[in-house]
Amino acid sequence: MGNNLIVSPSPHLHKKESVAKIMWMVVVSLIPTGLAGIFIFGLPALWVIILGVVSALVTEAGIQFLAQKKITICDGSAFLTGLLLAYNLPAGVPFWIPIVGSFFAIAVAKMVFGGLGRNIFNPALAGRVFLLASWPKYMTTFFTPSFPFLRGSYDALTTATPLAQLKEGKLKEAISYLDLFLGNRPGCIGEVCILALLLGAAFLLIRGYISWHIPFSFIVTTGILTYIFGGKTLFSGDWLFHILSGGLILGAFFMATDYVTSPLSFKGQVVFGIGCGLLTAVIRLWAGYPEGVSYAILIMNAFVPLIDRHIRPRIYGQVKSKK
Amino acid sequence: MKRLFREFIKGITIENPTFGLVLGLCPTLAVSTSLVNAIGMGVSATFVLVGSNTIISLLRRFISERIRLPAFIVIISTFVTICELVMKAYLPVLDAALGIYVPLIVVNCIIMARAEAFASKNGVLLSLFDGLGMGIGFTLALAIIASLRELVGAGSLAGFRFWLHFEPVTMIILAPGALLTLGLLIALVNFIQEKKKRN
Repeated sequence: MGNNLIVSPSPHLHKKESVAKIMWMVVVSLIPTGLAGIFIFGLPALWVIILGVVSALVTEAGIQFLAQKKITICDGSAFLTGLLLAYNLPAGVPFWIPIVGSFFAIAVAKMVFGGLGRNIFNPALAGRVFLLASWPKYMTTFFTPSFPFLRGSYDALTTATPLAQLKEGKLKEAISYLDLFLGNRPGCIGEVCILALLLGAAFLLIRGYISWHIPFSFIVTTGILTYIFGGKTLFSGDWLFHILSGGLILGAFFMATDYVTSPLSFKGQVVFGIGCGLLTAVIRLWAGYPEGVSYAILIMNAFVPLIDRHIRPRIYGQVKSKK
Repeated sequence: MKRLFREFIKGITIENPTFGLVLGLCPTLAVSTSLVNAIGMGVSATFVLVGSNTIISLLRRFISERIRLPAFIVIISTFVTICELVMKAYLPVLDAALGIYVPLIVVNCIIMARAEAFASKNGVLLSLFDGLGMGIGFTLALAIIASLRELVGAGSLAGFRFWLHFEPVTMIILAPGALLTLGLLIALVNFIQEKKKRN
């Protein structure tokens, strides 16, 4: 009964949302993407997802147990990290890749900094970049979509993603935009099916769990820059191809918008999104890697404290001082 | 005698140049990719440290306050040159592996810091033991970081492979791995010290 009298500073109006509820809602919004990935690449994709999620939960619980802290694996954040990491892996990786990646994501990128809310970098992306730097052989072996449940067989070829083919200058026959949109292309489990990703993103946007600022500015910047510089001459780039391929949609809606590692104010979020889009386009068009979404988001994560420092929302009731 | 021992041991434990004072990070991060390189670097730095500390301590009354830093650098670079030429003559493989980091011992801040903070204010014997302790502390710290990085990042130790079915974590041997390993080790050292203080 004593807890009913809480003395606290404003704001006194509380929404009935909690961190846990938001995290689980993001997980729900990612379910169609997972189902699409399993449908496209078959059961190996399911195993990667299960291993990623379970090892993320076990790592978080283990560290909190060792540090004698409250075990908070039910708040969904570790589940979400494991899920997003798995979505960022190709379907045919060895079983230990998602386990090691989840361990790194939770232990080094999140718990070392002090746990949920204190990490500078998006844990799932840090895990992916760690795996990519350590075992590039497995991380860049992609399979052609096999649709095992339709065709009854797992026959698939290893191949490069459309972006990697473009980088090497041998994108044989142009992939149709419809194939890219539905996910009929080699790639990571959770990045191929744009339709499912947009369904989840629409759910999050309508319920107000994410705002449009980061994804919109991110995608538009990448689109404009690839349109201007992506082709043989200026203003002739295939911007729709760049938006639909790679991990841009997954990154822009589900990873750049992570509450912990993105700016607080809307203006800051637009700056953050433009920075992400700029870096993505620069890496894709001129740097050594075919895909740059994860690096772009991680680099901009490092700038978030700086953005928040210089772009502050106007405090309610404050009048602009005249100089 | 007790004083000598204390000056010697502090460089290895509480004032360890890498984990305690966090000095000389440039060679620590760059050279700790394999155990052999680390020990080569540690031994050369120890040699220079002992030599420069002794000479600077001997000359401490003759070096004018205003030009002390250039004077220290001349003395230090003498020893670095000796070290570099000996290494080139007798250990060419190690010399090639360490590359630019041997001449760069001249500007290693551990050596400069010990000259400035200790050798120019204390007697010869004390300075010698201080240099020796700091050098051994630096070598030990480098060896710990390097064995961890080599074991995890390349799957070997001092060039010998033991794990056959192990796919090395390449990132640990790259630059980010150096910062990661060092950061986690410093965190561990701080954690142990905190615990000691509380008990």
